[in-house]
Amino acid sequence: MTHELKASFAFVERNFFLTRRYWGWELAFLVYSVAGALSISLIGVEQGSPTLLLSLMIGAIFWNYLSVVFSWIAETIAVERWEGTLEYTFMAPVRRWTQLLGSCSYAIVYGLIHTAAILVVLVLFFPQLHLSQANPATAATFMALGSFSFVGIGMMAAILPLLYVERGAQMCFVLQSCLLLVSGVYYSVDILPPWMQALSHLSPATYVLDGVRQGLIEGTPVTALWGDIWPLLIMAVTFIPLGIWAFGRAERYAKRTGKLKRVG
Amino acid sequence: MTTTTTPQPNTRRPAVVSSARPSTSTVDRRIDDARTGVPALLVDHVTKRFTLGRGRPPVSAVDDVSLRLERGEIHGILGANGSGKSTLIRLICGLLTLDEGRVEIFGLDLERDEMAVKRLINRVSVDAAFFKKLSPLENLSFAARLYGLDAGTGKRDAMAILARLGIGEKRVGRPIEQMSRGMQQKVAIARALLTSPSLLLLDEPTTGLDPRSKLEVQGFIEELRTTHDATIVLTTHDLAEAERLCDRISILNDGRVVAASTPDGLKRLVAERHDQPATLEAAFMTWTGRSLDDDLEAEEDSDDED
Ligand SMILES: Nc1ncnc2c1ncn2[C@@H]1O[C@H](COP(=O)(O)OP(=O)(O)OP(=O)(O)O)[C@@H](O)[C@H]1O
Ligand SMILES: [Mg+2]
Repeated sequence: MTHELKASFAFVERNFFLTRRYWGWELAFLVYSVAGALSISLIGVEQGSPTLLLSLMIGAIFWNYLSVVFSWIAETIAVERWEGTLEYTFMAPVRRWTQLLGSCSYAIVYGLIHTAAILVVLVLFFPQLHLSQANPATAATFMALGSFSFVGIGMMAAILPLLYVERGAQMCFVLQSCLLLVSGVYYSVDILPPWMQALSHLSPATYVLDGVRQGLIEGTPVTALWGDIWPLLIMAVTFIPLGIWAFGRAERYAKRTGKLKRVG
Repeated sequence: MTTTTTPQPNTRRPAVVSSARPSTSTVDRRIDDARTGVPALLVDHVTKRFTLGRGRPPVSAVDDVSLRLERGEIHGILGANGSGKSTLIRLICGLLTLDEGRVEIFGLDLERDEMAVKRLINRVSVDAAFFKKLSPLENLSFAARLYGLDAGTGKRDAMAILARLGIGEKRVGRPIEQMSRGMQQKVAIARALLTSPSLLLLDEPTTGLDPRSKLEVQGFIEELRTTHDATIVLTTHDLAEAERLCDRISILNDGRVVAASTPDGLKRLVAERHDQPATLEAAFMTWTGRSLDDDLEAEEDSDDED
């Protein structure tokens, strides 16, 4: 057990090395994320509605967090697959959940830092915002809870680059944009056609965003948001085991059909 | 996990640290294992097929292959391109599942005792697969942690092995992508040695190395066996290398073992049976040709040899 935990740190450290090595890109990515969040929030300014501004801002920031966590998990597999190191990682005496735990922990820490940076820029950019009645505890709770289910989804998405070297990472983006569409990131899910609304209930982001908005805009305490909490709890305890299980299945499939091979 | 036939994992020290100490304990243990009959590697009627497309018949990349390696042995696998060498290596390290047969490493079953087996083996392949933007040290420290070495030991051992392979301190901190292919290959070898494997699978480790580096690596492989108690499977296209390093050689053709013996045994056989010069090259040409009328003769002969 201690060995597994130590080994999972290997993934944290390695991903940190990668971030450090690509720091120029990290900076560019931050600029990209800030620009995206800003341009969406500005719609609220144009409409002259502080509530809309805040709502869009929350959507942009939390969507950023969730997608960063999600894509880091999937992307580390994509990079390993691309470089050919995945064969070596799979040969190492570590359990798959150890590997996924390490990648996910790093993804969450990275996501938090990245998102905090965007938050700071946005708050500075929109001095007219007043968050006096916001309930940050609610926002934090939902973010933490939502992380679990997004980690589970990230693990399932990691199957794609595991099986498809060239296009796997892009396929993750497809999945991500479908989640974006049904989760009510920039609008209320009520405006979606009924069949899409049904799908929105399956996305953890729907509940996270609803909870965070209620907390920051209305100042609602967590205790009053049970309706958003329990779906997230269920998703957290099902998606992660499901993710690990599915990843294991995909690994077996890859080993049976010879899909792990790059060259040689 | 079985505890009945626990192999002795090597003491976690890289070979370089204890270069010229002839270890009697190694010999003792080898005798022990020979007596108890636990081979370092047992490949028992293993078959692997790949389906390359719907409706097409599957390709047998490895076809009913059996091998038995005693502890401390260096076993060469020769064969033409596409004969199944790398597939066999991948099967042994669990990167491919077996369609048929079984593999045991020091008496542990590859599938049942997965974690214990993984700790005992490592592999070097033709391509040096790394995070190319990271430095050798960063890549090796990742490997060390995965195998349970603590950071300090991992780093020290990594530096020692890299230095032994001619990669100096000023190189270890720079991205691997700035290194030549041969140097990358040396880092790959270092990565495998770092985890002190009891069974080392070398898939064309010297392909692409210059003559001096090649000799260095070969010397290092010999040293591994003598001072480090490693059992090695080596695939190569360099027949001189096979002759120099291997105790025994199996020749693969279309996934099947068509000849298996000591290097001298193979040379003798090819001279006696096929009226060819007594060289490994002649043996290679003879047994990897496509006409396979008497393809199992050498294997049968080699059995009564040892
Ligand atoms: N992952 C895979 N998927 C499909 N077919 C494969 C796969 N790996 C190997 N093969 C097929 O199996 C056969 C054996 O390939 P293998 O790579 O083991 O040969 P090799 O002896 O290592 O050749 P080389 O000397 O070129 O390295 C080939 O016909 C190859 O096309
Ligand atoms: Mg090969």
